[in-house]
Amino acid sequence: MSALHDEIRELMALYPEARSATLPALRLAQEKHGWLSPEALREAAEGLGETPAYCMSVASFYDMFHLEPVGRHLVEVCTNVSCALVGAQQVLEAFERELEVRAGETTEDGEVTLRTVECLGGCGWATIVALDHRYRTHVQANDVGAIVEELRADG
Amino acid sequence: MAEPRLVVLQGADERDLTKLSEYRAIGGYDALAKARALAPQAVIDELLASNLRGRGGAFFATGRKWSFIPKPDQNPNPHYLVVNADESEPGSFKDNEILSRVPHRFIEGCLITAHAVESKHVFVYIRGEYLGPFEAVRDALEEIRDDERLLGGVTIVVHRGAGAYICGEETALLESLEGKRGQPRSKPPFPAISGLYASPTVVNNVETLATVPPIVAMGGAAYAKLGVENSTGTRVVSLSGNLVRGGNYEVAHGITLRELIYDLGGGIAEGRELKAVIPGGSSTVILTAEEIDVPYDYDALAEVGTAMGSAGVIAIDDRCCMVQLGIRVSEFYEHESCGKCTPCREGTRWMTAILRKLEAGEASDSELDLLLDVCDRINGKCLCPLGETAAMAVASYVLKFRDEFLAHLDGGCPFGSQSPLDGVVAPVNQHTHSPVAEVPA
Ligand SMILES: Cc1cc2nc3c(=O)[nH]c(=O)nc-3n(C[C@H](O)[C@H](O)[C@H](O)COP(=O)(O)O)c2cc1C
Ligand code: SF4
Ligand code: FES
Repeated sequence: MSALHDEIRELMALYPEARSATLPALRLAQEKHGWLSPEALREAAEGLGETPAYCMSVASFYDMFHLEPVGRHLVEVCTNVSCALVGAQQVLEAFERELEVRAGETTEDGEVTLRTVECLGGCGWATIVALDHRYRTHVQANDVGAIVEELRADG
Repeated sequence: MAEPRLVVLQGADERDLTKLSEYRAIGGYDALAKARALAPQAVIDELLASNLRGRGGAFFATGRKWSFIPKPDQNPNPHYLVVNADESEPGSFKDNEILSRVPHRFIEGCLITAHAVESKHVFVYIRGEYLGPFEAVRDALEEIRDDERLLGGVTIVVHRGAGAYICGEETALLESLEGKRGQPRSKPPFPAISGLYASPTVVNNVETLATVPPIVAMGGAAYAKLGVENSTGTRVVSLSGNLVRGGNYEVAHGITLRELIYDLGGGIAEGRELKAVIPGGSSTVILTAEEIDVPYDYDALAEVGTAMGSAGVIAIDDRCCMVQLGIRVSEFYEHESCGKCTPCREGTRWMTAILRKLEAGEASDSELDLLLDVCDRINGKCLCPLGETAAMAVASYVLKFRDEFLAHLDGGCPFGSQSPLDGVVAPVNQHTHSPVAEVPA
C-alpha cells in the first residue's frame, strides 16, 4: 500500500465518521500528484473507501482542487472589491505581462499558473496575492517584476 | 472613545501571544480554570449576563444558543462544538488576525465552551486558504498537546476547507465537514438539535469564542457595561478600501462609522472624497457618505436599513462607478452560489448580465426595472441567506445611486477607466476547472 493510503487512513481515524476525511484526503492526493488527475482521484478514493466518482463530485465543488493540470507555482490575485478598489486589476495585468499568460492560464513551460480568486480575507492589506498559498500584502503593480523573478529563481 | 485592543486582542501589541508562556504571563487559561470550577449552567448564565451576540454575522445571543443544546441525559449522542473559521465575506479579515495573533485565547474559548455545552469534541473548520492562521492554531495546539489539565479530555481537530464561500453558512459547513459538497441544509432541525453527524452541535464564530475567556474572567455583567445596550462589548472591525490605514481595529460598539473611517482609518486615501460605505461585508446594504454618522451597533444600523454583518467596513471613494461595483459584487455571489435553489443560481447570473448591459450603455429603462425585479424574485425565495443578501446589496446600489444608473442609460459609463473597478477580471470570467455556462444574453 502507498504512503498516501496510510496517511489517508490516519486522517480517517480523527473523525467519528470516516467520510469526513474526504477534503483532507483530496488535498494530500493533490499535493502528491500536482492536481487531481484521474489517477490521484482513484488513489484518494481507494484510501477513503469511496468511489472515484464520489471524490470527483466533491472535488468539483471546491475552488482549491484542480481538476486539470496546473503549474508548479500558483499565483492567485484577489480581485474582490477591497483589493480592486486599490488597484488589483493593475496588479493582475502586470502578472499577465510578466508571465505572458492571461488570467486562468499556465505558462508554456508549465511553471506558473496565474488566476484570480475571490476575497482571501486580507482586505485591509490589499492587494493580496497568494504565492503558493503564502499571502503577500500591499502588492502593487510595480512589485510584480521582482515577485516573478523570485518565483523563477525558486526553480 | 475608541480604545483599540480592548478585549479580544488585548495584550497582542505588547507581547507575542502566540507563545503559551507569554499568554500564561498575562493570566492566560486562568479563565478556563475558573469556568471548570463552575457548573456548565453557571457558565451559560455568565454568557447570558454578558449579552454577547455571535460575531459570525447573524448576531444571535451566544448564551441562548448554548442553552438550546440538550443535556446529556436528554440526548445521549456525543455533543459537538464546531468552530466557524471559514471567514470569506469580502471585506472581513478579523478572524485571520485573531487566529494568527491570539490563538491561545481562541483555544481557551473553545475549551470553556466545550465545558459549558458538555462536549468532548471540537472541530475547527478553517478556510483552506488560511495557511498562516492554520499554522498558528496548529502550533498553539502542539504547545498544549500533553497538558491534560488544560485539555481536560477534549480533542480539538483542525479541519481545513478547500475554497467555497458558502461553507461559512453553518449547515453548509457541517455538510462540508462530513465530507460532502458544501450545500446548505434546510432548517429546522437546527444544529443544536441535529448538527454534525445528526448530533447536538454548537456552531460559533472565531471571534465569538475568543471573547469567551475575557467574559468569564471579568464576569458577564462587567462585559455588558462595554458597548451599548443590545450590542454589548467590543467588536474587531475590519477596515478596507480607499482608506489611509486599513486594518483591524477593536472598538466598543457604539462608535460611529465616521469615527471608524476618519479617526481610526485615517480618512480617505490620496485626499479623495468618500462616496459610499459598505458597513458589514459585501452582503450588506450600502450607505452613502451622508449616512455615516450612524453608530456602529446592531440596532442603529438596522434603523438605517443595513447590518453589521461580519464587521467588514469597505470605504469607497468618488472615482468608483456604482454599476461596476454592482457587477463585481454580483459576480462574486454568482460564483459562490451553491446551485441548490433556482432563484439564487439563475438570478445572480441575470443580475450580472443586466448590469453588464447597463455598463456598456446598451440597456433600456425597462431593464433597470428588470434588474430590481430579478432582485425581488430572489428575495425571500431561497434556502439560505446567500441569494437574498446578494440581491439586497445590489438593489441598494440602484436605489441609493439611481441617478448614476440612469446616467448609464444613454451613452454608457460616465466613469470609464477612471474607476478602479473598470474591467476587473473576476474568477467567474476566467477559465477554471468547472465550466461556467454562458451568461444569459
Ligand atoms: C452565506 C453565508 C456565509 C457565512 N459565512 C460565515 C463565516 O465565514 N464565518 C462565520 O463565522 N459565520 C458565517 N456565516 C454565519 C453562520 O451561518 C453562523 O451564523 C455563525 O457561524 C454562527 O456563529 P456565531 O453565533 O458565533 O456568530 C455565514 C452565513 C451565510 C448565510
Ligand atoms: S440561496 Fe444560493 S447558496 Fe443558498 S442554498 Fe440556495 S442556491 Fe445555495
Ligand atoms: S477583497 Fe482582496 S482580500 Fe478581501
